[in-house]
Amino acid sequence: MRVMAQIAMVMNLDKCIGCHTCSVTCKQTWTNRTGVEYAWFNNVETKPGVGYPRRYEDQEQWKGGWRLDRKGRLVLRSGGRVKRLLSLFSNPDLPALEDYYEPVTYDYDNLISAPAGPDMPVARPRSVLTGRPTEITWGANWEDGLGGAPEHAGGDPNLSGEWAEKVKFEFEQTFLFHLPRLCEHCLNPACVSACPSGAMYKRVEDGIVLVDQDRCRGWRMCVTACPYKKVYVNHATGKAEKCTFCFPRIEAGQPTVCSETCVGRLRYLGLLLYDADEVGEAAATPDEKDLLDAQRNVFLDPSDPEVIAAARAAGIPEDWLDAARRSPVYALVSKYKVALPLHPEYRTLPMVWYVPPLSPVLDAVTSAGGNQDDPDHVFAAVTRLRIPLEYLAELFTAGDADVVGGVLMKLTALRSYMRERTLGGDDAAEEEAALDAVGLTAGEAEDLHRLLAVAKYQDRYVVPAAHKEDAAALTAMENRCPVESSGEPASARKVMLGIPTLRRTSPEGHA
Amino acid sequence: MNVSGTDLLLWVALPYICLAVFVVGHVWRYRQDQFGWTSRTSQLLEHRWLRWGSPLFHLGAFMVIGGHVVGLAVPASWTEAAGISEHMYHTGAVWAGSVAGIAMVAGLGMLCARRLLTRRIRLGTDRSDKILFPLLSAAVLLGISATATHNVFGGGYDYRETVSVWFRGVFVLQPRPEAMSGAPLLFQLHAVTACLLFAVWPFTRLVHVWSAPVGYLVRPYLVYRRRATTTAPGTRRPGSRRPDTRRAA
Repeated sequence: MRVMAQIAMVMNLDKCIGCHTCSVTCKQTWTNRTGVEYAWFNNVETKPGVGYPRRYEDQEQWKGGWRLDRKGRLVLRSGGRVKRLLSLFSNPDLPALEDYYEPVTYDYDNLISAPAGPDMPVARPRSVLTGRPTEITWGANWEDGLGGAPEHAGGDPNLSGEWAEKVKFEFEQTFLFHLPRLCEHCLNPACVSACPSGAMYKRVEDGIVLVDQDRCRGWRMCVTACPYKKVYVNHATGKAEKCTFCFPRIEAGQPTVCSETCVGRLRYLGLLLYDADEVGEAAATPDEKDLLDAQRNVFLDPSDPEVIAAARAAGIPEDWLDAARRSPVYALVSKYKVALPLHPEYRTLPMVWYVPPLSPVLDAVTSAGGNQDDPDHVFAAVTRLRIPLEYLAELFTAGDADVVGGVLMKLTALRSYMRERTLGGDDAAEEEAALDAVGLTAGEAEDLHRLLAVAKYQDRYVVPAAHKEDAAALTAMENRCPVESSGEPASARKVMLGIPTLRRTSPEGHA
Repeated sequence: MNVSGTDLLLWVALPYICLAVFVVGHVWRYRQDQFGWTSRTSQLLEHRWLRWGSPLFHLGAFMVIGGHVVGLAVPASWTEAAGISEHMYHTGAVWAGSVAGIAMVAGLGMLCARRLLTRRIRLGTDRSDKILFPLLSAAVLLGISATATHNVFGGGYDYRETVSVWFRGVFVLQPRPEAMSGAPLLFQLHAVTACLLFAVWPFTRLVHVWSAPVGYLVRPYLVYRRRATTTAPGTRRPGSRRPDTRRAA
């Protein structure tokens, strides 16, 4: 057993209102620079929808993630090592800028400098890349709230089963939810494995996946290998950039910017302990539908004395072990099993998990003439209404609708139990039986309800600060933002993310 | 032996200056500018021309470089000792060289065309590219013109008796400018542009050649690194501890 710690995230999708505050604050923090105008380390998609970049989930086309070869060995879908080196000159599976969108700015100046005239002056869009007026024809969330869905949403790669033909994108007949996405900081990252330069790495201490800007040579294989398309090419610096999990904040014991600013309070951050020796085997699980359980089995119980002893032997500090025991992520992922990974079938063992939304099912209950406050109606819908369920299963359980159904049943039972408790209904025994059926005791239900509904800041974000005694480089982070890299003495600093200038000027006093 | 001042300048001073700049420039750039050390890919912005141009150019360049190594570094007496007659060598060199040269010229032409014609890429072209692309084009075009003029359509010119002798002389520190002074103008111009290309090499995107990721073939897939072992750019000492890599998949 080789115990490693990972900072992981869970998002409760029922609470996401699609306000994009996470995306905007992330962009202001990390990607408001030349070269990454088009990149969103965090974006919020409407599902069903084609996503960003367009149809990124179609791995037949984009070749992201891992697959098993005929002998059952884990191989990158984009091909072996030799093939990767042969495609250095032109990567056949790299999304073009058009698959993201052309970034624009506006002629704001025209609003105040236009001469007096009979018409209101307007600010026309102008391409950031060419400087010329352009039409805005796509964006990172073009189909927000199913806008244009009858035209586009059929292109959602998750709508591939027989049931999908029945999905209607007509008003009042459809369902929608928002899906915030960021780098998954996978246990078995395909991007790291595909990097020819060895510039990408997973940090031993907290599992954050980063690009070493000094070692990246711009071979762009990581973009193809990531099935979530969360590594981006900075076209000004020619280097790869990705979500950093706001590591300077995490190291200081603070939540990521997207979590900090989440209006719906739907994000949870916490530690997971896992056995690094089991990662390869779990990712190579033969049946895709077993990947969820395989990944859960890689996670270790932070209260188990054996695990604690092994973690201590691996050098994980005591306050981290304590944080692991208080981790809301461990509770949602492993204890209550209400959180699910996004596309486990990509075999990267992603570490940003989601509590699937009940709202599509509730919508379906209502449109079928049922009462969504009546748990029997909801249970019936979970069992019988295939469409939202199958869709959620494509996203979160490699197509296993029973698992998603089980989670939704649990959430439904919890809802009705707590309603009964709060409003003081008369059939408490019936509600307890319903709880029992989904494997929850009354105490656990209270705990899960508290975690999902009323958890405060310090309960949602249990982030232990990094240990300075083993991180001399951290002293560099105390006074300044790590993105501002020029003009700094060379003695103590690691530059993780490029600045917009094409080449840094040589700092004075440089060694 | 009469060697003019011009010959000394062009065939002794220039190559040594260029080689010195090449070496010192690389050391300086590697120590100071890891962040700028990249292939500067523009595939994101334009991929239709690149898809054909880049592989053609690169594969052509590999063959051309191989041909130059054989033609310049290996004395004619060695190939003859190996049983390859002058005629066989010449025929082979012209055929292989023509294929490689045409591939490289076609590829480079496409890469230049997309750089000029695609506005997004033209605007992203920096100063080093504005020197590199014309200089590289000049060297390549002069080289293929020299071959075409003298060895494909012309009567044949045995550069292994002159240019190669001069080339080897530079590296064994016994410069032979007189060997080059009689060469046809196209060969001379090709040699001068090649020297200049070596001089600008460390300051352009050409440095990515030295980062060809052959080590990837034997590396473990997953790379783990400790936060504590990361060092600042420019201070990574050769021989310092490599990142902690382990095989996990």
